[in-house]
Amino acid sequence: MAVLIIADHGEGVLRDATHKTVTAATQIGGEIDILVAGKGVDVIADSAAKISGVRAVLTAESDALGKGLAEAFASLTVPLMAGYDALLVSATAQGKNIAPRIAAKLDVAQISDVIAVVTADTFVHPIYAGNALETVQSSDPKKVLTVRTSAFDSAAEGGSAKISSVDPGPGAPGTKFVSDAMVKSDRPELAGAKIVVSGGRALGSAEEFQSVIEPLADKLGAAVGASRAAVDAGYAPNDYQVGQTGKVVAPDLYLAIGISGAIQHLAGMKDSKIIAAINKDPDAPIFAIADYGLVQDYKVAVPEMMKALDALK
Amino acid sequence: MRWGSKNGSRAALILPKRRSGVMRGRNRKINEGYAAAMKVLVPVKRVIDYNVKARVKSDHTGVDLANVKMSMNPFCEIAIEEAVRQQEKGTVSEVLAVSIGPIQAQDTIRTAMAIGADRGLLLQTDADPQPLAVAKLLKAIVDEEKPDLVIMGKQAIDGDNNAAGQMLAALLDWPQATFASKIEISGKTATVTREVDGGLQTIEVTLPAVITVDLRLNEPRYASLPNIMKAKKKPLEVRDAASLGVDMAPRLKVVTVTEPPKREAGVKVADAAELAAKFKAAGLL
Repeated sequence: MAVLIIADHGEGVLRDATHKTVTAATQIGGEIDILVAGKGVDVIADSAAKISGVRAVLTAESDALGKGLAEAFASLTVPLMAGYDALLVSATAQGKNIAPRIAAKLDVAQISDVIAVVTADTFVHPIYAGNALETVQSSDPKKVLTVRTSAFDSAAEGGSAKISSVDPGPGAPGTKFVSDAMVKSDRPELAGAKIVVSGGRALGSAEEFQSVIEPLADKLGAAVGASRAAVDAGYAPNDYQVGQTGKVVAPDLYLAIGISGAIQHLAGMKDSKIIAAINKDPDAPIFAIADYGLVQDYKVAVPEMMKALDALK
Repeated sequence: MRWGSKNGSRAALILPKRRSGVMRGRNRKINEGYAAAMKVLVPVKRVIDYNVKARVKSDHTGVDLANVKMSMNPFCEIAIEEAVRQQEKGTVSEVLAVSIGPIQAQDTIRTAMAIGADRGLLLQTDADPQPLAVAKLLKAIVDEEKPDLVIMGKQAIDGDNNAAGQMLAALLDWPQATFASKIEISGKTATVTREVDGGLQTIEVTLPAVITVDLRLNEPRYASLPNIMKAKKKPLEVRDAASLGVDMAPRLKVVTVTEPPKREAGVKVADAAELAAKFKAAGLL
């Protein structure tokens, strides 16, 4: 039994999602190797080699891999899978982009958003916006999983796996990278943050979102999230969206401000350890799952919260 | 068939009412004379309505869909809307809507036609094919129809797998552009802006290709009554999915389906200071 993990990395660093995916792999059992694919990945490979329980780190470098192009990841990974029984990828936008392409090339099913490993062939994953948990048993010779990393703890460090490079493959002949527009932020990454402050439609404008949600997040050392309504309305970038079709988070504290709590939003945050909600509508569905609810206009509550936090720190 | 088409017209009249888009249908095809010879295939799925909360069956075999309102998957609606807008711009000449599912999925195809799809194909099956089987069925149709582009939803809101589009691209060995928030078609290329981790990425794919769409791509129109009536007259072919000779066997056996752990409402606090004190007490500050 051997498991291959495709490392989750960005801006030159290995993301903690990789450590969490290693924990999922450990529960499947067998040898664990990590594939670090991209451009200029030496430092990332060094970090991956330090994760406890990892046998080997493979690196592959090309421009197409550096841009995350799915065709390049598939042509790299599919031949490597001859030596593995399972492929695990974190269920990020990039993981979701590449894993199904690899699965189909291997003629196997993908098990999406795995939240628990029951046995080496049986897994639990949410369906219907998390309103049901489905346990499935795979009959395929190889398993391809995307892992909902918020459901797993991070694997410890302390390993010293050997690093070797592999052929990056033919790249992505039919696809050309044009440009990207990334949200620059010094805040913690949304998917792995300990505290998330999220804003909803009630904020009413991008200016209000920036002047209310972001300073509060900074005071709490938090990442910023948003409801779909706030993103659709252009108050916040797409990368902030928490929910069924956006990011799924499970921080120690999720503070929802001006978010009513549609099923689709709850799907992305209901596994948070503590949920707090500020909303002027006492009937907002978010209060049905909030540990702490404050029924008040955010325009009153947030400035008061800023002062109270200053006093407590 | 009589039952199916009757049902189809009923469904067309209960189109999603949550949007207040303009009735643009009557303006379509103004560019028809100049349209490029480009065919777009759009898969559409009949799923539990977006506003309905799924309930797990008491025998834990699945989700209870009896007497539940069913609608077109919202991402498929965005995909159809995009194909029709491209046709209105003159970059696309024909839009084919394909659904895989029970006979009632004809309703979903009629809805797609009311938005503007030219014709429909139902691959009828009472099995619930898994994403790999869906991709194989769609590949069989792509091989026959030879579209220049497949535009489809990034995920269906029932299984939430987010896989069929990427799998179809893999089986066809076509480029893929997932999670599109903007699509520009020019000649044999599509320039697609994608919603990725950390922001947006723009790539150019050589056609034929598979594009999967995200929420911000467009806001689907509210089909007009004349277009709903017109949709009833458009060609809709029904074929037995099994007749395509595709391996539809499920690779994943459903062991059990359960309710997620319930979360109870906690306490209400009086003001922000009390809330901040709760954070402090929980060791969060």
